[in-house]
Amino acid sequence: MAKISYLEAIRSAMREEMERDADVFVLGEDVGVKGGVFHATKGFYEQFGEMRSLDTPLAESAIAGVAIGAAMAGMRPIAEMQFADFIFPATNQIISEAAKIRYRSNNDWNCPLVIRAPFGGGIGGALYHSQCPESVFFGTPGLKIVAPSTPYDAKGLLKASIRDNDPVLYFEHKKCYHSITGDVPEEDYIVPIGKADVKREGHDITVITYGLMVHYVLRAAEELSKEGIETLVLDLRTIQPLDVDAIIAAAKQTGKVLIVHEDNKTGGVGAEVAAIIAEEILYDLDAPIQRLAAPDVPAMPINPIQEKFYMLNPDKIAAKMRQLAEW
Amino acid sequence: MSQSFIEQKNVHHSLGMTDADVIKIYRTMRLARLFDERSELLQRAGKVAFHVSGQGQEAAQAAAAHALDLAHDMFFPYYRDYAFVLGVGCEVSDLMLSLFAKAADPFSGGRQMPGHFGYKAKRIVTGSSPVTTQVPHAAGFALVAKMRNQPSVSFVTFGEGSSNQGDFHEGLNFAGVHKLPVIFFCENNQYAISVPYVKQMACAKVSDRAAGYGFPGVSVDGTDPFEVYAAVKTARERALRGEGPTLIEAQMYRLMPHSTSDDDSQYRSKAEVQAERERDPLPRMLMYMMQTGIWDDVKEAELKAECVKIINAATELADKAPYPVAEDTLKHVYEGD
Repeated sequence: MAKISYLEAIRSAMREEMERDADVFVLGEDVGVKGGVFHATKGFYEQFGEMRSLDTPLAESAIAGVAIGAAMAGMRPIAEMQFADFIFPATNQIISEAAKIRYRSNNDWNCPLVIRAPFGGGIGGALYHSQCPESVFFGTPGLKIVAPSTPYDAKGLLKASIRDNDPVLYFEHKKCYHSITGDVPEEDYIVPIGKADVKREGHDITVITYGLMVHYVLRAAEELSKEGIETLVLDLRTIQPLDVDAIIAAAKQTGKVLIVHEDNKTGGVGAEVAAIIAEEILYDLDAPIQRLAAPDVPAMPINPIQEKFYMLNPDKIAAKMRQLAEW
Repeated sequence: MSQSFIEQKNVHHSLGMTDADVIKIYRTMRLARLFDERSELLQRAGKVAFHVSGQGQEAAQAAAAHALDLAHDMFFPYYRDYAFVLGVGCEVSDLMLSLFAKAADPFSGGRQMPGHFGYKAKRIVTGSSPVTTQVPHAAGFALVAKMRNQPSVSFVTFGEGSSNQGDFHEGLNFAGVHKLPVIFFCENNQYAISVPYVKQMACAKVSDRAAGYGFPGVSVDGTDPFEVYAAVKTARERALRGEGPTLIEAQMYRLMPHSTSDDDSQYRSKAEVQAERERDPLPRMLMYMMQTGIWDDVKEAELKAECVKIINAATELADKAPYPVAEDTLKHVYEGD
């Protein structure tokens, strides 16, 4: 085991897969000579050469579209969107093409593509460097969507995504890059897509979340523990397909469920998780299902007062958890 | 546009083509036209839901297919390319099964609209309806050919209206920067449904657009199979030499309405369409072959009879073929479904 950062987990997952399989390559804006604006591909240009750490023109639909072509041709491209906020010009390629290639060709063609997109706020990124766009893609059959929270999951899920034979959107939280470190095995491993993970056991309330919010929820859970409230924290890790069994089991365990996400509330992943629980085990619950999410405004402002207001934090989450525990 | 190939006798020899090459291209054109006409009838008779026509575009499509390497190149056709896909190895029965949306449709198993090709065994990459999304895919395949040092060229087609899409410009730019082996083949049939060329773009020719991406753009008479053949051949050789892409604009005319759901009298006159029928590539190719002496009335009658037989057999096969099983709707969303 070695303690590494979330960013190093992502970088080492790509590096190891590129060393293992010559068909794996990265492409995107600034991923070559510069090594990525967040340094996720630092050293790749020197180690793997220009063609496997390919600087592309500034045009997101081409980044996705060329990667889709390369994937259909038998490669395993990792396309980087510099910020998840800039993924929208590529949305037609992702939703109309990548997601439907296997289905529309009746299994004749497939598209083993990974699109990495740094997402999330709390970093002074304003409206267009802070968004969580997963709900735009969530509910598009044919796509897999992951959003890891720890270095262990980030590395294992990225390796699983690269080896997957279908397109995967990999949302990595910018704020986790340097602030989150954790133990990662020295040997090769994957974290399977579609499996949630219990990050903390508890018998009083259940919180279901993903991404950066996992860490905030865990901190809030520590606070509540001092008050005698024990929280089960389920990290979804994969948001499509959702791990329905794990969601039901976690909800059943306490009968009180709070869903937390950084994305705004309406139409978010939390709505689907709540619907699944309500459909399956409504009468086993001891309280109405709760959601805590960002407000329904277009995106977060840059000034610190409003950014803080928009973003969730451990205190806001603890208050909501306390309320649920007391129900 | 030139009438030249009819006036000359041996254009094909000067291009290094044999008589058999010419006959092959003509046969593909003839089959595609008959398929197109039959599809129209089947739609009007209520046997199939929808047809989108390629009439008037067969010469360019069949000649381009003949100029490519069917063992190495990759094909990204758009929805009017019946003659093209027949030229690269599809059967009329494949087209009919797709038209009838039957389970044995090799393009999509009866899932997609007709004209949405995709057939890995024939090196045809699956396509969709949002136009021009295939252009970056063609660049992606060409990038892989370059990475693997394979003698493969991506050949991608689209209409002139599609050349306004972002994916056209992003795809051409990417291929230009990386000098990728791609042939961008615009079938300029003058209309994007109802909107004519002059309301689609302000440049004189679609091929002018290549200049912005640093590679050659050429316009050819798309009703002249020999001009098209020569242009595609030249572009292919250039691509294989590692010199990068070419944009070819084949100028032609869409003889039929956009689709069986369109009434073209709302936006163009009968006189205009009638005048364009004079340039219909099919009778002109026939005239060339007759004048050159490689064809005669007997051969023409034999070919027609053979083609009708093929069309009839394919129609019957597709009509009788089973639809997909209802529950199979759920299959192939992900691997292993």
